[in-house]
Amino acid sequence: MLTLQEILETVNMVQEENLDIRTITMGISLRDCADPEPFKARQKIYDKVTRYAGSLVRTGEEIEREYGIPIVNKRISVTPVAIVGESSATDNFIDFARTLDEAAANVGVNFIGGYSALVHKGFTEADRRLIESIPQALATTERVCSSVNVATTKAGINMDAVYMMGRIIKMTAELTKNSDGVGCAKLVVFTNVPEDNPFMAGAFHGVGEPECVINVGVSGPGVVKKAVETVKGADIGILAETVKKTAFKITRMGELVGRTAAQRLGVPFGIVDISLAPTPVIGDSVAEIIEAIGVECCGTHGTTAALALLNDAVKKGGAMASSYVGGLSGAFIPLSEDAGMIKAAEAGALTLDKLEAMTSVCSVGLDMIAVPGDTSKEVIAAIIADEAAIGMINKKTTAVRIIPAVGKKVGDYVEFGGLLGRAPVIPVKAFTAKEFICRGGRIPAPIQSLTN
Amino acid sequence: MLAQLKNEAAGNRVIVTVLGPDRVGIIAGVAQVLASNNINILDISQTILQEFLVMVMVADISRSSVDMLTLKENLAEKGREIGVRIDAQHEDAFKFMHRI
Repeated sequence: MLTLQEILETVNMVQEENLDIRTITMGISLRDCADPEPFKARQKIYDKVTRYAGSLVRTGEEIEREYGIPIVNKRISVTPVAIVGESSATDNFIDFARTLDEAAANVGVNFIGGYSALVHKGFTEADRRLIESIPQALATTERVCSSVNVATTKAGINMDAVYMMGRIIKMTAELTKNSDGVGCAKLVVFTNVPEDNPFMAGAFHGVGEPECVINVGVSGPGVVKKAVETVKGADIGILAETVKKTAFKITRMGELVGRTAAQRLGVPFGIVDISLAPTPVIGDSVAEIIEAIGVECCGTHGTTAALALLNDAVKKGGAMASSYVGGLSGAFIPLSEDAGMIKAAEAGALTLDKLEAMTSVCSVGLDMIAVPGDTSKEVIAAIIADEAAIGMINKKTTAVRIIPAVGKKVGDYVEFGGLLGRAPVIPVKAFTAKEFICRGGRIPAPIQSLTN
Repeated sequence: MLAQLKNEAAGNRVIVTVLGPDRVGIIAGVAQVLASNNINILDISQTILQEFLVMVMVADISRSSVDMLTLKENLAEKGREIGVRIDAQHEDAFKFMHRI
């Protein structure tokens, strides 16, 4: 039977500690929308998205009210558009982005993910056309998110794609410079991309996924931080146990919401993504959890170890709480979306180098990082290559979502507002790896034994 | 405490939580909102933390004359009137989090 304390604990988590369900994301397969006539393909896409997701927002709001837990975002992910658009006789992929944008607006979701291509081994003609259209697509739509997978552990790193993405990111920043490069906040370069991730901007509906599916992303850094604070001074075992128990409870809410939403919408329930996803709200920060563990300022020595402990404990607790865990499932460290991270970067404790190290022990990667506007496409490509190497060798997902802040330098800020937050522009190194990046070709897939 | 939760058939109960400074008429106020909507109170538990009243009610909404949203709004309005925070949530939100 429930005790008064348990009931109060749940109420407190929501009202005081920012517990929420970050997103309910409906994955929709668009594979049957391919058509040699591009306008027919677009019509099929629009019809299918609006038909399946028509009641997504309403259902989400109903569940939100009944259980008294906020569901911050309702979103849609679709089959990578490069695959869907491949058979259409057109060079103009931007119209597909516009169609997705219109469909998303029609059903009332704030983001639709899947303007994507998977090119870890090489490009098809459609992949190339889609990637070249990304800057224009992101500059002329509001809700469309894009991602490109450039590497996997099994295939290696497509360095041609890495270099290409360096250029595409620069162009996207340039085309959206009036809004501080917001296009780049909607563009992720992945390694080992998961096919069932509900979190934007990297969500798409993978080719092994069913016709339609509901995936849920939980949140709750604030709840974990409060729990960590209650065991101040206790040994690490107790700390890990506390985080595990808390992650369990958070994930249970995700499981409940996911199952209920799937049932009411009449589609299968996919996964709960047990990531700790911070928001710019004070107290809803992964950096502040690291600091509550006992690291003076996030980014200083000891941060990587504390983050590894946190990430692992969250996974252990979360895995027990849900029948299907998937997606990214780890702590996010998006610089602009985490008030504690921003503070640590301003204080000089958190640098690009340290962020890179942190990404080797948690999901996802260099996320929402603003760098000076004059950073070259080769340097951005080299940053992507480094991050891809960490993912490839460690058999994990890594990603780069980087914003070259056009016309800005170190110490300036980019401002996006809302969940995307604001980021200080942080320095990159003054030396270049241009010769390496310009070689082109593929980095071979790594050996899976001799693991040192 | 709140033993009703495990004995009754599931699916039609809400948990009403009241938080705020103690004063005359809180239980009466909440009970009146529930009664006027044909909602049966199954259990009440309360405690005083410092000077704050914490009250939890389990209520059966199977014969309720209003939907969940309206009930929440009515309760919130009553809460503003008497100076406490009142919310209603479906019981599954609690059971799922604390029980496997």
